[in-house]
Amino acid sequence: MPYPEKLKELIKIVEKTRTERVARKKAGQEVTAMTLDERAAILELHHPDYIPGTRRKLKIGPSTGYAVAHEFADILEAKSRVNPDRIDLNRTDYETDVLVLGGGGAGTSAALLAQENGARVILTTKLRHGDANTMMAEGGIQAADKLMKDSPVYHYIDTMGGGHFTNVPELCYTLCNDAPDVMQWLEGLGMMFWKDPDGSMQTLPAAGFSRSRLHYAGDISGAEIMRVVRDEARNRRDDITVLEFFPAVELILNEYGHCAGAVLYNLETKAYAVVKAKAVVMATGGCGRLHMQGFVTTNHYGATADGIVMAYRAGVELAFLHTVQFHPTGCIFPEQLEGLLITEKFRAAGGNVLNIDGEQFVYEREPRDIEASAFIRECVAKGKGVPTTTGKLGVWIDSPMLDLLHGEGYVKAEFPGKCMQFGRHGIDISKEPLLVYPTLHYQNGGMAYRNTGETSVPGLYMAGEVGGGVHGENRLMGNSLLDILVFGRIAGKNAAIYAREQAKEGKPTLEHVNAYAGQLKAAGIETNRMSPILLPDYTDPSVKARQVIRPRYSTEME
Amino acid sequence: MNGPENAKTDEITMIPVYIMGKRYEIPKGLTIMKAMEYAGYQLIRGCGCRGGICGACGTVYRKPGDYKIYTALACQTAAEPDMYLTQLPFYPANRAEIDYSKATAAAEEIHQLYPEMFRCVACNACSKVCPMDVEVMDVIAYIKRGDITRAAQESFNCIQCGLCTSRCFAEMPQYHIMQLARRIYGGKIVPRSRHTAEAVKLIREGRFESMMQQVMNMTPAELKKAYTEREIEPETAGNDWRPKDNKYLLK
Repeated sequence: MPYPEKLKELIKIVEKTRTERVARKKAGQEVTAMTLDERAAILELHHPDYIPGTRRKLKIGPSTGYAVAHEFADILEAKSRVNPDRIDLNRTDYETDVLVLGGGGAGTSAALLAQENGARVILTTKLRHGDANTMMAEGGIQAADKLMKDSPVYHYIDTMGGGHFTNVPELCYTLCNDAPDVMQWLEGLGMMFWKDPDGSMQTLPAAGFSRSRLHYAGDISGAEIMRVVRDEARNRRDDITVLEFFPAVELILNEYGHCAGAVLYNLETKAYAVVKAKAVVMATGGCGRLHMQGFVTTNHYGATADGIVMAYRAGVELAFLHTVQFHPTGCIFPEQLEGLLITEKFRAAGGNVLNIDGEQFVYEREPRDIEASAFIRECVAKGKGVPTTTGKLGVWIDSPMLDLLHGEGYVKAEFPGKCMQFGRHGIDISKEPLLVYPTLHYQNGGMAYRNTGETSVPGLYMAGEVGGGVHGENRLMGNSLLDILVFGRIAGKNAAIYAREQAKEGKPTLEHVNAYAGQLKAAGIETNRMSPILLPDYTDPSVKARQVIRPRYSTEME
Repeated sequence: MNGPENAKTDEITMIPVYIMGKRYEIPKGLTIMKAMEYAGYQLIRGCGCRGGICGACGTVYRKPGDYKIYTALACQTAAEPDMYLTQLPFYPANRAEIDYSKATAAAEEIHQLYPEMFRCVACNACSKVCPMDVEVMDVIAYIKRGDITRAAQESFNCIQCGLCTSRCFAEMPQYHIMQLARRIYGGKIVPRSRHTAEAVKLIREGRFESMMQQVMNMTPAELKKAYTEREIEPETAGNDWRPKDNKYLLK
C-alpha cells in the first residue's frame, strides 16, 4: 500500500529540511562520526547483542562454557534428526571426491574450483541451487584494485576496525589480498559489473571504509554473482552433480576421525541417502530464520544454521558466534515488504538518516552495528521514531535527496530493483523516503576455520557465512560477497587437493552422533528439540494447535 | 515481530481465499506466500528469498468473475478476497551446455544452441507474464538480430522464475537464453578492467607483502591508531582523487 495520510504528513517534515541538508552535504559538511569510545558506549547501551539475559553458556560440545544466543544454544543442545542405529552406512547412494553442502555463492564457487582441480563434485542443497543469502545481497563486493589511491593494506585496516579489531588476522589478510583476484575471476565468467566505457570498474564508498572500493552490478550484485556462478556450474554437469531439496542432516566421519561424507534427507520423499566423499566443503550459510529476540530477518527461507549444528556435533569449535549482525535498514513499510533489505548503498551514496522531526541524529556511514544501535536509541530511548500504521517505529532514509546530490534520475538508474519493488505498492522512492528499522541480517561468527579452509576435523572445509573469524564481531558492507568467493574458492581447491593426495579410506561411522547424545544426557539436558531444524514454521498458532496428527519439520521441536 | 512494537492500531479483517481450490480464511494484507503459510502450509518448493529476487515463487492465480489467468511472485503480491491461488513448484526447461571459456561474442553461437528461439510467433505472452517487467520478447528479438549488448542490458532484472517459459508457444527457455547473452556481454564484449588486472599481478608478485606483515604484527593500540588516523576518501571524490598519506600505497 502507498504511504497513508499520516505518514505523508510526516514526509513533509523531511522535505522541509532537505534543501539545507543537501547544501551541507555538497559543501562537504557531514555530521560528525563517532569516536571509538562513543562507538563502544552506544553498543553497550543499545545493541541487541548486549542485552542481558539473551545468551547462555553451552553445556556440551567442543565450545562448552561459551555463551551464545538462546536460539543457537537451543539448536546445539538438541537431539539429532538421525538415529545412527537406523542408518545403513554400507549403502552408498552417491560417491564423490568432494561433497559440497550448500548451493549459495560459497558452495558454488567451491564446486567450480574443486572441479577445476580435478575433483568429481556433488553439490547438495536444501532448496534450489541458488536459494541462498548470496542471491539477496544487493550493494556490492569490496576489493582494493585501484592502486593509485588504495591497497589491500587499507582494506585490511578498514575491515579490522569494522570488526572492532577482533578479526582473525590471517583470515582478514587472505580476504583482502585475494579480493582483486576474485573480481577478475567474476569478470572472466561474464559478470555484468557496472563499468566505465574503457572497462574500468565503477566503485562506491561504503560505511566503515576509507576508500571507494565497492564493486557492483546495479542494486542486485549478489543475484548477478549467483546467477553467473550457478550458470557456470550448470555448464559442467559431467563433473558437478547438483542435488536439490536434499539437505545434509549429519556429517559422516570415518574410523580415523576424518570427514567422509554426509547423511542427506530428501525433503519430499523423507528418505535418507548416504554420500561417501573424500572431502567435504561446508557452505551452509547463516541463521536469520532463527529470529533472534523475535527480530524479522532479511535472510532467505532456508537460513536455519544447519551447518553449525552438524559441524559442532562432529567436533569443530565455534568462533565469534556470540555476535549476530542487525542490518540497520530493514524495510518496515509497506507490511508486505517487512524485513526486506534496503541496501546500504542508499547511505553509501549519501542518503541522510532522519528521525520524526526530519533531523539527522547519526552520521549515515557508521559501521552497521553502530548505525543500528543509533536507530534503536532514537526510536526506543529518545522517542523520536516514525510510527507506522501498525504501531511499529522506524527512521527515514532520505532517498529523494540522492537525485538532488547526483542528478535527476539517479535513484531510478542505481536502484532499479528497489524502485520496482516499492513501485508495486504505489511508492516512488525517488520522490518519497524509505522507512526502516534494524533487522536480523548476518551471522558474524560461526565455525572456526583457517585461511586454507581447513577445520579441526581433517577433510572438513568451511566457507562463507557458516565460518567465523574473518569479520570479527561485526562485518562491513560488501565483505560478505567477497568472503564467500574468496573462501569458497580456497576451500574448493584445497578440498580437491586433499581428496587426491591425503584422504585416507576408512570405515564410515556416526559414532560422534551417539557420543553427542551421550553428552546431552550426561549434562542433564532433557529435551524433545531436534536439529538441524531445516525450515522455519510460519503456521498460525490456531492452525498449529490442530496439526497433531503427523509431525512436521520444525513443529517437531518443543 | 520487530523491536519496538506498540499495540496494533489496525483491526484485522479476515478474507476468504481458495488455495488449490480449498477455502481458507486469512488476514487481509498478507502476501500470497504468507497466506498459504498462515493456512498451514509449510512450504518446501516455491519459496526462497521472500524478497522478490530469487525467482522461486512464480505463481498463477485467478480472480472471481474474471476469465484471466494472472501471474505474480507469491512473496510480493497481496492476497485478495476470493482469489484462487496455487504454487508453480517446478517447470522443466531445456538448457544447452557450453564451454564458456571457448565461447565468442558471435550471436550465431546462441542461435545454434537454442534454435527454438526462431519458433517465436511474437505473441508476447512472455513479456506480459514477466513479474520483473522485462520485455522478454524484445530481448529475444535483439539476440536474433545479433544485438547481444542490448539483450543483456534489457534483461538485467531477470530473476529466472521461468514464468516466460511456462507460457511460451515456441517452448523456448527464455531465461536461460538471456542468461547466456548477459554472460557473453559481460565477459566477451565489455572491455576487461586493466586496473584490476594490474592489482592482481602486483599482489601475486608480493609487492604488498611486507606492508601487510607490518600491519598484521601491530599491537592492538598501534592498529587502532592506524585505523583512527587513516585518511578517508571524501564521498564526493572522483577517480582523480589521490590521498595525501601514501604510507601503504606502492610508490
